[in-house]
Amino acid sequence: MSLDKTDVEKIAHLARLAINENDIPGYVRDLSNIFNLVENLSYADTNNISPMAHPLDAHQRLRPDVVTETNQRELFQAIAPETADGLYLVPQVIE
Amino acid sequence: MHNKSLSELSASLHSGEFSSVELTQHYLDRINTHNNNLNAFITVCDDRALEQAKMADQQLQQKNAGILTGIPLAHKDIFCTQGVLTSCASKMLSNFISPYNATVVEKINAAGMVTLGKTNMDEFAMGSSNETSFFGAVKNPWDTNRVPGGSSGGSAAAIAARLAPIATGSDTGGSIRQPASLCNLTGLKPTYGRISRYGMIAFASSLDQAGPMANSAEDAAILLNVMSGFDERDSTSVERDVPDYTADLNNSLAGLRIGLPKEYFDEGLDPEVATTIEAAIKVYESLGATIKEITLPNTHLAVPTYYVVAPAECSSNLSRMDGVRFGHRCKNPKDLQDLYQRSRGEGFGDEVKRRILIGAYALSAGYYDAYYLKAQQCRRLISDDFTQAFADIDVIMGPTSPTTASNLGDNIDDPVATYLADIYTISANLSGLPGMSIPAGFVNGLPVGLQIIGNHFDEARLLNVAHRYQQATDWHTQIPAAFK
Repeated sequence: MSLDKTDVEKIAHLARLAINENDIPGYVRDLSNIFNLVENLSYADTNNISPMAHPLDAHQRLRPDVVTETNQRELFQAIAPETADGLYLVPQVIE
Repeated sequence: MHNKSLSELSASLHSGEFSSVELTQHYLDRINTHNNNLNAFITVCDDRALEQAKMADQQLQQKNAGILTGIPLAHKDIFCTQGVLTSCASKMLSNFISPYNATVVEKINAAGMVTLGKTNMDEFAMGSSNETSFFGAVKNPWDTNRVPGGSSGGSAAAIAARLAPIATGSDTGGSIRQPASLCNLTGLKPTYGRISRYGMIAFASSLDQAGPMANSAEDAAILLNVMSGFDERDSTSVERDVPDYTADLNNSLAGLRIGLPKEYFDEGLDPEVATTIEAAIKVYESLGATIKEITLPNTHLAVPTYYVVAPAECSSNLSRMDGVRFGHRCKNPKDLQDLYQRSRGEGFGDEVKRRILIGAYALSAGYYDAYYLKAQQCRRLISDDFTQAFADIDVIMGPTSPTTASNLGDNIDDPVATYLADIYTISANLSGLPGMSIPAGFVNGLPVGLQIIGNHFDEARLLNVAHRYQQATDWHTQIPAAFK
């Protein structure tokens, strides 16, 4: 199968990934080649085969719903791009 | 000093033949001499390493030391290391001083080891040549015009050039085993869940597994003892006792049943690599093993399955890199969308972007069943092949990589060709099985690795099988001439 420029722009938007206009032909080519490889899966007979999400078919462990983490806000915010009053700052969202 | 095994280094440290500070300084000097050329390290922890070495020397003097106390090691830059740059070889994290330690780092610190630095890798572990690193390619010590393999290429080059006696790596599709193969090392990817993933920056969470990279199976076993074990902070960590992985190293191989998958000796395998692997199998026959041809009929599905599952998980995992809480943020974002899109567009390199896009597409509305669900079903077919095979064999053997190390720059423009070279390693990740690569000889002066795949939690047997081969051969003791 082959993707086109519109497909690449759409998934780049879904992934919140700015890509340069000049790079789009390269992505169209590479992603099309990769999905051509992936197309081989369509020939596999997977009737009645249950999907395998985890290599050991394990289930998520449950734990008691109690607080186990200590508050380390200052430590974590020390490496943040922009903070104020203990909050992470982003461009204004609500007018 | 740099040609000793971990046991020998430990004995010398305990006897006082040399101190940990002297040993650490020796490796720091070697790094200082050779790293400009090899680019194996992103960060060298000079002062910190010497501080750790001083503490280790105190423990040694107080006779309060373990086998690994005072022995230096290098961490792949995927393991969060408190107070140290942990970049994952990405511009996105090129300012990320980790505020916490990965469990692997905690355990290794607690064992008294000395962290020499953080090794180069493919960006976010996505690559098989170490050429996708934001910090530049790593060179193979066996031929500096060639790649060391990847993604743990910096760890591999560091050990091969004797810039570190041992290192950590991580393996999502072969990222420990393939560079081990290309650099003449012993590398082990344990069973999924054996080693905690906490603090190991996530690429594909159902495939990622940490492991040791070493000069011998014995060294790998010693480090695996420390790295392994249940961790409640990793939701898929396995609650299972850790055996002493050195206990069975010398077991006899008489009666060992080895399966050779015919699909692993098919077209695509370099004929000289094939000959080298066949010679290694002969050594096993002489050690008392029996050989049987087996079939893993869904092997051809492994690469396409992997390149849906891994990118899907990567697109999800890497969504946390958004320029808000840590990592790279673009200049002057005009709104929140612009902040996300440009921070990510600027922070990620080409291969990472490709994989995020593949994953986002495979998971998007209308395509989920055709790609992600189908790949998960194919994943079970691949895994079932191994279950059937292990019904009447003990280990599977074959090549780790279809070729020896390629020239720098050879594959960078053709992602699909690069992906196809992962054919022998990725099935073990999809199936959660432990796999090893050990040195098995050379083709035109370049190392060839023998892969050994075992059943779930059979690491002790893999190490035993590798160790007995290393008792009978000396491939693993070969050192590239420029780094003796």
